[in-house]
Amino acid sequence: MVNSEELKEQIEKEIPKSNAKVEDTKNDGMHFKAVVKSSAFKNKPLVEQHRMVYRALGNKFEEGLHSMSVETKEE
Amino acid sequence: MDKNLKKRIEELIKSSKVFLFMKGTPENPMCGFSMRVSEILENLNVKFKSFDVLSDNSIREGIKEYSVWPTIPQLYINRKFIGGADIVASMVEKGELQKILK
Repeated sequence: MVNSEELKEQIEKEIPKSNAKVEDTKNDGMHFKAVVKSSAFKNKPLVEQHRMVYRALGNKFEEGLHSMSVETKEE
Repeated sequence: MDKNLKKRIEELIKSSKVFLFMKGTPENPMCGFSMRVSEILENLNVKFKSFDVLSDNSIREGIKEYSVWPTIPQLYINRKFIGGADIVASMVEKGELQKILK
């Protein structure tokens, strides 16, 4: 199980100048939704923006994270 | 990545213009996100093939590495990785997926 706070911290640490809102959508420590704003997304295709968020999460998928719905915003 | 595994994945991807790696089958999806993408394709009347990753753990893990994408479902069109459920849904909303599929 993971929690939204640690996911938020990890995303913000790994993606430069980012701001993340993470929500545990089913309150089960497995299904999350993240809205991430960062200037680092600029001029990158959507797939790559989402990959950046997934990459930032590192091994969380092995630690019990099941799904992470992602919304990215350039700013 | 193992060569034979990579070859199996590539053969799947090129077996259909639209190919979906999912949990379960379109008739019996085993996860809400997989269901969402397969329903989107069905609603667009798109012919597609799918592979149930729950039936084969090497493909399940291999496709994550191959696509550099940690979750299932994964959609390929014309052998190109399109994305997972969020991206597919947002592309449909903007009419972009329909354009690629024309």
